[in-house]
Amino acid sequence: MNLHEYQAKQLFGEYDLPVSRGFAVDSGDEAAEATKKLGGGKWVVKAQVHAGGRGKAGGVKLVDTAAEAKAFAEKWLGEKLVTYQTDANGQPVSKILVEECVEIDQELYLGAVLDRATRRIVFMASVEGGVEIEKVAAESPEKILKIAIDPLTGPLSFQGRELGYKLGLSGEQIKQFTGLFLGLSRLFLDLDLALLEINPLVITKQGNLNCLDGKINADGNALFRQPKLRGMQDPSQEDERESRAAKWDLNYVALDGNIGCMVNGAGLAMGTMDIVQLYGGSPANFLDVGGAANKERVTEAFKIILSDENVAAVLVNIFGGIVRCDLIAEGVIGAVNEVGVSVPVVVRLEGNNAELGREVLDKSGLNILAASSLADAAQKAVDAAGASK
Amino acid sequence: MSILVNKDTRVICQGFTGSQGTFHSEQAIEYGTKVVGGVTPGKGGQKHLGLPVFNTVSEAYSATEAEASVIYVPARFCKESILEAIDAGIKLIVCITEGIPTLDMLVAKEKCDLEGVRLIGPNCPGVITPGECKIGIMPGHIHLPGKVGIVSRSGTLTYEAVKQTTDHSFGQSSCVGIGGDPIPGSNFIDILGLFEEDDQTEAIVMIGEIGGTAEEEAAAFIKANVTKPVVAYIAGVTAPPGKRMGHAGAIISGGKGTAEEKFSALNDAGVKTVRSLADIGSGLSEICGW
Repeated sequence: MNLHEYQAKQLFGEYDLPVSRGFAVDSGDEAAEATKKLGGGKWVVKAQVHAGGRGKAGGVKLVDTAAEAKAFAEKWLGEKLVTYQTDANGQPVSKILVEECVEIDQELYLGAVLDRATRRIVFMASVEGGVEIEKVAAESPEKILKIAIDPLTGPLSFQGRELGYKLGLSGEQIKQFTGLFLGLSRLFLDLDLALLEINPLVITKQGNLNCLDGKINADGNALFRQPKLRGMQDPSQEDERESRAAKWDLNYVALDGNIGCMVNGAGLAMGTMDIVQLYGGSPANFLDVGGAANKERVTEAFKIILSDENVAAVLVNIFGGIVRCDLIAEGVIGAVNEVGVSVPVVVRLEGNNAELGREVLDKSGLNILAASSLADAAQKAVDAAGASK
Repeated sequence: MSILVNKDTRVICQGFTGSQGTFHSEQAIEYGTKVVGGVTPGKGGQKHLGLPVFNTVSEAYSATEAEASVIYVPARFCKESILEAIDAGIKLIVCITEGIPTLDMLVAKEKCDLEGVRLIGPNCPGVITPGECKIGIMPGHIHLPGKVGIVSRSGTLTYEAVKQTTDHSFGQSSCVGIGGDPIPGSNFIDILGLFEEDDQTEAIVMIGEIGGTAEEEAAAFIKANVTKPVVAYIAGVTAPPGKRMGHAGAIISGGKGTAEEKFSALNDAGVKTVRSLADIGSGLSEICGW
C-alpha cells in the first residue's frame, strides 16, 4: 500500500522529523489561503499522486504569489498527471501540497527497505540525492552506503552516526541525522513499512537537514493492525478493477493482451499467463481465484475479466487439489449462464474428479471448450482468441 | 530415505480445532501421518478427531514428544505460534498460513536460526513424503513414492510438477513448498542441500517465480554443491514490473527479480530449465535418460 507525499510528511512530523511546513489542499482558494498562512514570498506547490517523476511532468512548481498557487491548484485538481512511472492514462490529482520554500545547499538520498536476501531492514544513504537512485545503484554502487538493522536489537545510535559521518556530515548535522535515522527506523517498525524513501534529503543554506520529499510503501498484510494507515488509503490511485477484485479476495492484475485468465493459485496463474504467451497468445490479466473456487467467486471473477473489452477468449485453469472438479465445472457453468459470457471459454480441470468435471462441461451445451491438458488449453485459448477477433 | 519427514514423524497441529486445522488434520491422518495431538488454548483436556487437545505447545510436546508442528492459526497470531513452538522444543515447524506481516517473519525467522529450528513456509502447501507423511494442505492422492525431490515457492505449481512426475511414474521422494512470502523460513538452498544428501532423491525439480534473488542464490549453490540433475521452471515471464502477482514475494521491484534473470542464472549453473510448465516431466526424462 502506497501513501501520498503529504501523508508521509504528516507521519514524519508526528515522529519529530524535519519537514517543511505545508498544507494539503483540495481547491484553488485553499491553495491561496495556504500561502498566506505559511507567510514568506516563495512557495512550492506539488500535485499529489502515487508516482514519482512529478517534477519533470509539470506536477511541481515554485510560485511567488497566492494567485499562482491558486492557478496551479485549479489546473491540476481533478486532472490526471502522467509521469514516466504511471501508465498512459496517468493518476488523478485530488490534493495539492503547498509548502514553504527552503534554500538548498546540498541534496542527499536516504531510504530504507526490507531486504529479502539478508532478511534485514536496510538503510541506504548517498550523497547523490535528487536523482534516480536505481541509476546510482547501477552505475556507481559504491556511492550507496548501507546499514542493516538487527531484528533483535533494533536500530542503534552508533549506526546513525556511522552513516552520517560517511556522508560527510559534521557537528550538529550528525545529531540531526542520527535522530532522523532513529526516528525513521521507529516509523518503519511501528507502521509495518516495506519501503521508505526521502529523495532528496536536503541540507539547507542554514545547515539543517530537511526531508524535502517522502515516499512510503506499507506492508498490505499488516494493515489489520494499522488503523492510521487504513485511513490513509486512496483507492482513486489504484486500478479500478484491481480494487474491485480485492473486495472479493481475488487477486487481479490488468495486462494488455486479449486472453482472460482465471486460475487457482498465484504461481499457477503466472504459469498460465506464460504458457499463453509461449503458444503465441497474449494474456489480458493475472487472476488468482484462490483455493475456494466456488460459484460466487468464479462469477465475480468472470465479471471482472469481461469488464476488459479487449478480452476475446477466457482460459480457466483449475488444479482441483482438495475441491472436486465436477463442482468447479458446475460453478463455471453457473457463472457463464449468469454473466452471459459471449466469448469462447476454454476450461482445463485437473485433479479430483477431473474426468467427471470435463463431462459436465461437455454436456452443458454452452460455448465452453474442455481442454485435455495444459498445453492443449493454451493452444485452444490462443486459437479461440484469434478466431473471435 | 526421504527428507524432513517420514512415517515415524510425530506431528502436532497448532490451531487444531479450527476449521482449517480440523479439515487438514483429518486428511493427514487418513493419509497415514502420525498426528499425535493438537493445541488450542482453552480447549486443553478435550479430545478432537480422537486425539488429545492441549492448551500450550509446551504441554503437547511433553505429552507426545512431537518432532513437528503444523500451524493453521490466523495470520495475526502466527508470529506468536511460531515462537511458542520454538520455545517448547519443536524442531520442525510447518506454517501454512498466508498473509503474515513481514516484520513478524523477520523476528520469527531470526529466532528459528538462533535456536536451530527448521521452519517451512509460511504461505505454503507444506511438506510431504509420499506414502509416509503429509504435513499440509496438498492433495495426497496425486503423489507417488519415488525418486524426484520437488521444491517450490508456489502451491499449485508444486501440484503440477507432482502430477507430471506421477504420470511419468518417476514418483517423488519428498516435496517441499517453501512458500510465496518475501521472508521464507527455508529457502531453495536449504532444501536443495537436503535433497543432495538424500539417497532416495535421484533428481530435483525446482520451481521459482519472480521477485527477490532466491533463485539466483540457488543457481550459485547448485553450481558449487549439487551433483544430481536439476530441472527448473520459473513463473512470471509475462508479469509486469512493480505489480505484486498474488504472492507477497512475487514482485519485480526496481527492475530486479525478473524471470529472465533467474532463467539465465540457472542456465549458467547447468540446470535444465523449461519454459513451459507442461514440460517439467519431459525435462526430467530428457536429462535423466528415464
